[in-house]
Amino acid sequence: MLNQEIRDKYKVVIGLEVHAQLLTQSKMYASDPVEYGNLPNTNISVITLGHPGTLPVVNKRAVEYAMRMGIACRSEITRYNIFDRKNYFYPDLPKGYQVTQDKTPICRGGFIAIKTKEGGEKQVSLTRIHMEEDSGKSMHLEGDVDTLVDFNRAGTPLIEIVTEPVVESSEEAYVFLQEIRRLVRYLDICDGNMEEGSLRCDANISVMLAGSEVYGKKVEVKNMNSFRNVQRAIEYEIERQILAVEAGEKISSETRTFDATTGTTISMRTKEELNDYRYFPEPDLSPLVISDEWLNSVKEQMPSLPWELLHKFVNEYGLSEYDAQVLTDSKNIALYFEELCSQTRNYKAAANWMMGPVKGYLNELTLDITNFPLKPAQVAELIELVDSNKVSFSVASQKLYPLLLQQPQQKAIAIAEAENLLQESNEDTILPIIEDVIAAWPEKVEEYRGGKKGLLGLFMGEVMKKSQGKADPKKTNQLLREALEK
Amino acid sequence: MKIDKATLQKIAHLARLDFEEAGADKMVADMTEILDWVEKLNELDTDGVEPLTNMSAEQNVLREDEAKEPLSHERGLLNAPKKDSDYFRVPKVME
Repeated sequence: MLNQEIRDKYKVVIGLEVHAQLLTQSKMYASDPVEYGNLPNTNISVITLGHPGTLPVVNKRAVEYAMRMGIACRSEITRYNIFDRKNYFYPDLPKGYQVTQDKTPICRGGFIAIKTKEGGEKQVSLTRIHMEEDSGKSMHLEGDVDTLVDFNRAGTPLIEIVTEPVVESSEEAYVFLQEIRRLVRYLDICDGNMEEGSLRCDANISVMLAGSEVYGKKVEVKNMNSFRNVQRAIEYEIERQILAVEAGEKISSETRTFDATTGTTISMRTKEELNDYRYFPEPDLSPLVISDEWLNSVKEQMPSLPWELLHKFVNEYGLSEYDAQVLTDSKNIALYFEELCSQTRNYKAAANWMMGPVKGYLNELTLDITNFPLKPAQVAELIELVDSNKVSFSVASQKLYPLLLQQPQQKAIAIAEAENLLQESNEDTILPIIEDVIAAWPEKVEEYRGGKKGLLGLFMGEVMKKSQGKADPKKTNQLLREALEK
Repeated sequence: MKIDKATLQKIAHLARLDFEEAGADKMVADMTEILDWVEKLNELDTDGVEPLTNMSAEQNVLREDEAKEPLSHERGLLNAPKKDSDYFRVPKVME
């Protein structure tokens, strides 16, 4: 085990490469459908299978999605793009090369801001974002003499987001990936699902003595198929490298794979390592030129970004930074809240409903807000009932809301009437209850009148109980004081 | 440009091709000759000339994102040297 003192002597340098599958209908260079979970080798075409004499044609939407990501990351958008062939042999790569962008990545520079542990913000600089195609899938089944290949995934459009070596810990890598997932979801360009492989991450990790000018040899770790595993793999690799350096061993540049069952990384050193990709321009694709006009039209169609909504929630709706943070965490929640705020003026109450009863229900049933039974207008109606003193917040949230969830086609006010939940603010109804309570507790009334004002709570509680929670608390409080001080 | 045997081996490995050791000398000579011939192009002054990456003058040949009828599963697998009802089968890649 590595003790903290030794660990603190080292600086960790991590660069991340994140692949995101784009949410297009068809593939990057061919028109066969992009769909997850179909029967093997059914989403294919002669182009995808790499048959001789076929010509690829670039998917316009995939280019626009890559531009969206670049715009969101404040990258510079490359105007003159070519595609390149990356040559290597592997059975799930039918052409013997991957069509990617080597010389002219569509986005250069830019950054993604993440929250640090200390509560500050860090801008993770990007080297580039480029477009490419996914490979097929190979299956190596135990006991089978062959490897099985499915080309459904082959040719699926990808963007690869490459960071500068500026990530300094496994936690930062974790937070960065979560931020990427949030961003691609806001941008509607990728579903961000790591477990299904639509978002994938490789990490280049090295360690160096703090204060040193010389970077350590970097090790690439692959095959981390969840956010947690990325963190675990990096953590393991940092320890392994520091222990090796401490023992006087040399770290070699290599590719390692993460084994989630043992939590360790294993060297993949094989002949494949000797690869030399021999990139050269793809002669089958003409250059791709992005005009001002095209770039501007993509900018105009940009969906709202999380920090834009956060800014709006704080500045226009007067929410706290924290509340705005929580409400913009997921795009669908943020959009629901936006809609809700167009139906009510009580933004603070809207935020409280979202973060309390609404989220509570969703969490309990592990539902996404898109499956929430109530429309924003119905939540707005609940807020209105509370604001107009027709029901108390506690009755609204604990009685009316659950009933409404069971019969969402009903009007909230109709349910409140039918279930006798409407708040009583009529003096003629409340006063007799107050009189009953005062008559039932003569000693306490004496104590109160003798100066023990804290007893008001007890009387309030009794009145509320007798009114079955329906007495308007404000009115009751006022009437009760008057009655006691008579 | 002189090709040596190590380079020849590397190129053969990258192309996943085997060759008879006896033919190696001839291949080294042939490849050197080819490269020398291509080398001649370096005599041209290409300063200020952008690399030509495509033989046509076309730009932005793009496709709208519409999924079309894929190649049928049966036809896709038709020419595979080895297959089963679902998959292409290739020699085992990982042990």
